[in-house]
Amino acid sequence: MKKEKHLSRNEQFVKYVEAKTPKTKTFPTLIWAYLVGGIICMIGQGINDALMAIFPKMGQEEASTWMLIILIFIASLLTGLGLYDRIGVFAGGGSIVPITGFSNSITSPAMEFKKEGIIFGLCVKMFSVAGPVLVCGLVISFITGIIYLFI
Amino acid sequence: MDIFLTYLKVFAVGGLICMLGQLLIIKTKLTSSRILVLFVCIGAILEAVGLYEPIANFAKAGATVPITGFGRSLAKGAIQGVKEMGFLGAFAGGLTATAAGITCAVVSAFVMGLIFNSRTKKY
Repeated sequence: MKKEKHLSRNEQFVKYVEAKTPKTKTFPTLIWAYLVGGIICMIGQGINDALMAIFPKMGQEEASTWMLIILIFIASLLTGLGLYDRIGVFAGGGSIVPITGFSNSITSPAMEFKKEGIIFGLCVKMFSVAGPVLVCGLVISFITGIIYLFI
Repeated sequence: MDIFLTYLKVFAVGGLICMLGQLLIIKTKLTSSRILVLFVCIGAILEAVGLYEPIANFAKAGATVPITGFGRSLAKGAIQGVKEMGFLGAFAGGLTATAAGITCAVVSAFVMGLIFNSRTKKY
């Protein structure tokens, strides 16, 4: 009891957070991430091949854009239905790193902050996770363009 | 047999990229937002250096579905834009290449946000 008092408030809080954070086991989660991520990529390839089989005129670029659109929409729908978060619990990086995770990161705060209003809740908070991704991506893309302009 | 091999490659490379993300989450306690930023930057830089193209040819969707593929198309669009339009392309290229994906994500998030209510998260 006395020892506890010597810790500052901050240290106590850090201790509390450490005690409450769920301990993730390294190896099983890595396997799950690999499995789920791999399967999502395989679904993407499946959609791509199906599109190219159904529409023979479609080029590779166009088919892969459609494939991404379909994956993004499915992920958004699954997030809305509350199923994507359940996959995320055991898949971790396997559900974050694919483009479906990007879609989930936009849809999830949009749903959560709807109660703060459409404009200031839904529309603003939609980009709380995806915003930094877009900003960094665009800056790097601009720099890349400038570099290629001069070489 | 050939198609089986293709899907095996897709699974192997796509899974590997996701596993790297998970490894970073466990080892460095980065939040998922930072993982996404990091992977987009890695993808864009690899494309700019010319290393992403061979990976994409080898693994197809295994390289385009992970978020690194998003960074890759941003950089690829900028490079293409510069070749076609010059200086203006550096501004326009990146978003032009990824416009479909971003618009789809924003529109579907808006619609889903209007339709569904958030559930209390059970962890």
